[in-house]
Amino acid sequence: MNSSLVAWILRAVPFGTIIMYGAMGEILTEKSGNLNLGVPGIMYLGGFAGFASAYYYEKLAPHPNAVLCVLLSLLCALAASMLGGLIYAFLTVTLRANQNVTGLALTTFGMGVANFFGVYILNGATYSAAPLANKAYAAKLPVLSGLGTVGQVVFGYGFLVYAAIVIAVALHWFLTRTRAGLALRAVGENPATADAAGVNVTRHKYLATSIGAGLCGVGGLYYVLDYNQGIWSTTGQMEALGWLAVALVIFTTWKPLNAIWGAYLFGMLYWLYQFLPSILGLSISSAMTELVQMVPYVVTILVLIAVSLRRKKEDQPPAHLGLAYFREER
Amino acid sequence: MPKRQPAIRLEHITKTFGSVVANRDISMEVDRGEILALLGENGSGKTTLMNMIAGIYYPDEGHIFLDGEPVDIRSPRDALAHGVGMIHQHFKLVDVFSAAENIALAMGEDEKFDLRRVRQQARAICEKYDFALDLEQKVYEMSVSQKQTLEIVKVLYRGADILILDEPTAVLTPQEAERLFVVLRNMRADGKAIIIITHKLHEVLAISDRVAILRKGEYVGDVATKDATESALTEMMVGEKVALDIRRTPPKDPVCRLRVRDLTVPGPEGVPLLQNASFEAYGGEILGIAGISGNGQRELLESIAGLQAPAPGARIEYFPPDGGDTPVELLGKSPRAIREAGIHLSFVPEDRLGMGLVGSMGMTDNMMLKSYGAGASPLVDRRAPHELAEEVRASLGVVTPGLETPVSQLSGGNVQKVLVGRELAADPVVLMTAYAVRGLDINTSYTIYRLLDEQKQRGVAVLYVGEELDVLLELCDRILVLCGGRVNGILDARTATKEEIGLRMTRLVEGEAKA
Repeated sequence: MNSSLVAWILRAVPFGTIIMYGAMGEILTEKSGNLNLGVPGIMYLGGFAGFASAYYYEKLAPHPNAVLCVLLSLLCALAASMLGGLIYAFLTVTLRANQNVTGLALTTFGMGVANFFGVYILNGATYSAAPLANKAYAAKLPVLSGLGTVGQVVFGYGFLVYAAIVIAVALHWFLTRTRAGLALRAVGENPATADAAGVNVTRHKYLATSIGAGLCGVGGLYYVLDYNQGIWSTTGQMEALGWLAVALVIFTTWKPLNAIWGAYLFGMLYWLYQFLPSILGLSISSAMTELVQMVPYVVTILVLIAVSLRRKKEDQPPAHLGLAYFREER
Repeated sequence: MPKRQPAIRLEHITKTFGSVVANRDISMEVDRGEILALLGENGSGKTTLMNMIAGIYYPDEGHIFLDGEPVDIRSPRDALAHGVGMIHQHFKLVDVFSAAENIALAMGEDEKFDLRRVRQQARAICEKYDFALDLEQKVYEMSVSQKQTLEIVKVLYRGADILILDEPTAVLTPQEAERLFVVLRNMRADGKAIIIITHKLHEVLAISDRVAILRKGEYVGDVATKDATESALTEMMVGEKVALDIRRTPPKDPVCRLRVRDLTVPGPEGVPLLQNASFEAYGGEILGIAGISGNGQRELLESIAGLQAPAPGARIEYFPPDGGDTPVELLGKSPRAIREAGIHLSFVPEDRLGMGLVGSMGMTDNMMLKSYGAGASPLVDRRAPHELAEEVRASLGVVTPGLETPVSQLSGGNVQKVLVGRELAADPVVLMTAYAVRGLDINTSYTIYRLLDEQKQRGVAVLYVGEELDVLLELCDRILVLCGGRVNGILDARTATKEEIGLRMTRLVEGEAKA
């Protein structure tokens, strides 16, 4: 296999995994009718909490243990990002604030909080690192990853890459095969109906939004501790990835299984500018790279057009997406 | 204590919304094996009262007893747990779910989640009461009557033995309504208590055992159906004697206002929704349009209003009052140009707010939707629409807390009054109305009939798409019958019979394609 192609895939899969987490979290959230545009902010919250906990654990513990480090950082990332989701749910469900505005504010808030506390860790430097956590998160599967090119391409990633696939399948199963999944979809489609059927709309919205935010946060954690080699720096592109995750939700037409291949496709498209020219033996000007990086968004727009032209009900967003529910309102 | 307790007993129920008292001190009972018809004008609080039994609202005062036991119904789930199932006017179904999934959604939490078992049990219910329902079908592919069947199966699945139906026949064809009544009688025989809200008095007399009447949120009383007559019920509802006759003034020198030739509207699957329709409408006459809903009525009216693009070859000629004998071709003109020429479409769709009114705006602003472009000033004139809103409120008796209250908060009938009132006030030359009285109580319906007759006397050409054949026969001068998108005869309303129209609605009459 072409070595450039291998390098391309090795770059695209971890990249895709980040936005896959973000997209899965957002799919779960949107299925409850909550359009949380705070994905980038929540990824920042999760990424920073995970990094900070790992960093201090490594620094303060006399004999840091890799497994403990992973558990601790995962827990902190989940807690921080779910807290972000909880804020969103409180504002939009209980106080019935506008969902778009709240989500965008949450993005700014999450980035601000992460960068503010990041200053204390950076302490004047441009970056700092958590090497042990990075080693643990990036550990490849021991035997399988040594099996030539195929082993490298299929098994050469940290465990969160595989966990993402498992979660996507589990999410699909949950949404289509379980009572809670059915109830959740009903809440997003038609909360009045769900309410009349005895489904607790508020509880479902809170749970889905919080757990969804937790998944987004894992995406941020993976970004910092694996993809970015365990480095927290003042310059980050996490926000761009957050928006890509939101685009991916639309691309998948709200189906978790599509998120698996969709995320990798987005990864390939995003890194197209660096690898495709060398595979084809072309040279392109650096001015073009920014343009080529837009391809995932262009693809999303094309999918949107295709979906709306086909008008298949099953491919549409949840019917009550973005709207607050109030029982006594007519 | 007598052993037999009423299925539902309400005692001194009061419910207020802000300053509006929706229900005041209501006490009533319903027995098992009984069908109770709940009657009242629009906004008299019928739906609110029923919503309290179904757990959508919670009463401010008073108590609800089920089988003699006081119960506290705080949510629809509580209601279902007590065996109360309500079929709402706007169906509570998830469009992208299949019938089986919708039924499963209402399942109790203690049951095992198993779609296959849901299907089996639902099928058993369908067989018991003779419902035709495809459990795999998605709701968005269903007709209105299929959705209603699904709603009924859903509450029966949950074991409801007290059923509340809110205007179940409003959107059904007469045949579908008849089928529903058969089902209701079966359920009554099965010992269920049934409450049905409807405005159609002949249905009340046909289906119910007892009639309870609300007026302005208060309980007026009840009568056994066998002792009731239409006029007595209306009097109880309105509080005064109402003349239940439709005035039909003879047409005064009718002039042709609209001539339609070979109007064809293509459908999505190659089957035209409207085929070669040709007719004339005269000023000073009401042309009724009869047909089972979905047989081309909508296409016909919308083509004339410029909202649909008919197939080439059609002609829609309009004769303006000041234009002499030279017709104006309407095809290809914008809806706005057509409206300004004096042709008004007061289309009342199944979803009242869907077309014509903006739900979040008040009456004044909704009136303004038709006049915002008037005058040369860049600022809109609010005074005229405000006066018009006042006038509509007074003449049609719209019940609203204020002219600026969003119309979506008004009851369905009141919303309709706003819409119809605005169109009538626009001084049209040709007035097209579809289902103008759908969901309206009897008193308001007769007000609308009277207004239409007044328009006719002013020389307006009225096109009236209606559902009730009795009304069509009494109100209109000529009746155009649509069947499968074709004009199946134009009859003289003074000589035609109900049977004849009913037959033409369902079967094409050979050799008369061009009537």
